[in-house]
Amino acid sequence: MKRKNEANPRRSTKSPSLHASRFTDDVRENRIDHTFARLKAKGEKALIAYLMAGDPSLADTETLVLALERAGADLIELGVPFSDPIADGPVIQQAAERALRSGASLRKILQTVRALRARTQIPLVLMAYYNTIHALGEASFCREAQSAGVDGLIVPDMPPEESGPLRPGAAESGLRLIFLLAPTSTAERRATVIKQSGGFVYYVSLTGITGATLTDLGEVKQNVARIKKMGDLPVAVGFGVATPEDAARVSQIADGVIVGSAIVKKIAECRQDSRMPELVGDFVRSLKVAMAPPAPVSSS
Amino acid sequence: MKLPDPQGRFGQFGGAYVPETLVPALQELEAAYERARNDRAFQKELTDYLTRYVGRPTPLYFAERLTKRFGGAKIYLKREDLCHTGAHKINNAIGQALLARRMRKPRVIAETGAGQHGVAVATVAAMFGLQCEVYMGTEDMQRQALNVFRMRLLGATVTGVDAGSRTLKDAISEAMRDWTTNVRTTHYILGSVLGAHPYPMMIRDFQAIIGREARKQILSAEGRLPDLLIACVGGGSNAIGLFHAFLKDRRVKMVGVEAGGLGVAGGKHAARFATGKPGVLHGTMTYLLQDEDGQINVTHSVSAGLDYAAVGPEHSWLHDSGRAGYTSVTDDEALAAFDLLARDEGIVPALESAHAVAEVVKAAPTLKKRQVMIVNLSGRGDKDVQQVARLRGVTL
Repeated sequence: MKRKNEANPRRSTKSPSLHASRFTDDVRENRIDHTFARLKAKGEKALIAYLMAGDPSLADTETLVLALERAGADLIELGVPFSDPIADGPVIQQAAERALRSGASLRKILQTVRALRARTQIPLVLMAYYNTIHALGEASFCREAQSAGVDGLIVPDMPPEESGPLRPGAAESGLRLIFLLAPTSTAERRATVIKQSGGFVYYVSLTGITGATLTDLGEVKQNVARIKKMGDLPVAVGFGVATPEDAARVSQIADGVIVGSAIVKKIAECRQDSRMPELVGDFVRSLKVAMAPPAPVSSS
Repeated sequence: MKLPDPQGRFGQFGGAYVPETLVPALQELEAAYERARNDRAFQKELTDYLTRYVGRPTPLYFAERLTKRFGGAKIYLKREDLCHTGAHKINNAIGQALLARRMRKPRVIAETGAGQHGVAVATVAAMFGLQCEVYMGTEDMQRQALNVFRMRLLGATVTGVDAGSRTLKDAISEAMRDWTTNVRTTHYILGSVLGAHPYPMMIRDFQAIIGREARKQILSAEGRLPDLLIACVGGGSNAIGLFHAFLKDRRVKMVGVEAGGLGVAGGKHAARFATGKPGVLHGTMTYLLQDEDGQINVTHSVSAGLDYAAVGPEHSWLHDSGRAGYTSVTDDEALAAFDLLARDEGIVPALESAHAVAEVVKAAPTLKKRQVMIVNLSGRGDKDVQQVARLRGVTL
């Protein structure tokens, strides 16, 4: 709770006064960049919490984002539900099904982001499958996302080679395109992906889908080191980080720790409970505490 | 112009929209396929298996009674139903299994809708001694129970997929998840001209033998090229297989037949070109049945093999460029054609292929007697006998 007012990036991010001539990413202040820089200065690692937007409802998503921020999450990844999520395991698949049944869509999620922006400046990243963006139109998606207050975008089924239609709009609006690297990525691909990434690089900790079990931390460590050597971007590690212990171990080797399925599972378990935001918050707080043993930032 | 381009594009269609974990595997596959394509030893081995194991070339059969019935164009059937395992699917399964062996992947996986591709993969996996797992929607497992048992007889593990619509779409998603997890040891034998590059190109190349044979056979039978080609289109591998050798013969018309289900107007169908629009599913940009938010629609067809929300990207290209035409027939029209071919010609077609026959019923009377059409009879109907009986209330 102490940190509530710390995340205070310059309001210029939302300024509509920028003209088309200001094209490059760098000129835009971005909440993601700001957060990683701020944490780095304090010697902390970022806790990136994933939620499926609309699970169980978009109103809950709004409450949850704020609860997770209070619990110590530094950045929130909002999943956009898709009918055919090929990169996701059963936990997130089922959450997507619940979200779709609750009526969530990319358009409505952008409205939720807009509403959240009156109450928080925590960096918000959307994780959306390509077709949901394509259906809205790449260019108009970028405009609307920026004006709603989205800071970055992860498209799990869009490698850099297919990002052409999104790049101009993303650059213009300052939206960071966050690409993924995997254990199977070659050195050559690491170079390509790092060059095209903004905000941070998302390192997939295992050869598999979301919610699988992390086994080979040695390989993660080695690959994160390789990625860090190739550029200045922060590296966040996700897939398979499920417990405070996992978070602690991963935080020692990466700049950010992404927890998705474990949080989504928690939400699923207590979605009938009126104390759901607090219960999920407690779990997230335990992750954040585990990540910073010498000087806890959380008030719990 | 040679399509696809190096990025795997057929115009705006195609590409490779996959998670990063799979990108290196697709690049490895593309390189392996490129080497194999130019390797005479590989081509000879493939031809050998197609000849001695699959039973190629398949006959081009003149359907005399059917021709007489309509009094129009001469109707030829390309008998892919006579391939080992009962459908054209094995042309591709053999090609990819040989590639898997060259890439030293001891395990293959596949998705299947009607079960024909699954049976073909289980078959070649048995022959080559590869470990095999087939994903199938539980809805499809029910309507194609015979093929499920066949796959198990052949030593494959059949895994039911209970997500989403529990049909082909969900089986492909699950197979992609398996591949993402086991990519280092596993080759994914995709069954149609779908998915990320290089699949649509490679599978087209493996199926193009259908058209190459048919072109030679019709020239020898009629001394001329056909006026019309007809094939059913689920993903569209049998159709591309027939069409491809004729693409440059500008006077040969081509029609792909999609599943009209309970009728296009009612929304319960799989006619992507009727009401779909371009989008990305399972790795490729192509025509899709989707809602305005980009969520994939649940499709319907009496035929499990055509019951899929996306069409192969090359078909999208052929459609938009106007080189091929696409139409649809309903479940009822397909079932009537199923009977017709059985009674007139003594051939029980697969329900997928019955869609192509149903289009013959519409097209043949409009053509002149001297005109010639070739219909791809992509598979045989043994697998569908139980389902047709059930639909008619017959207890076996």
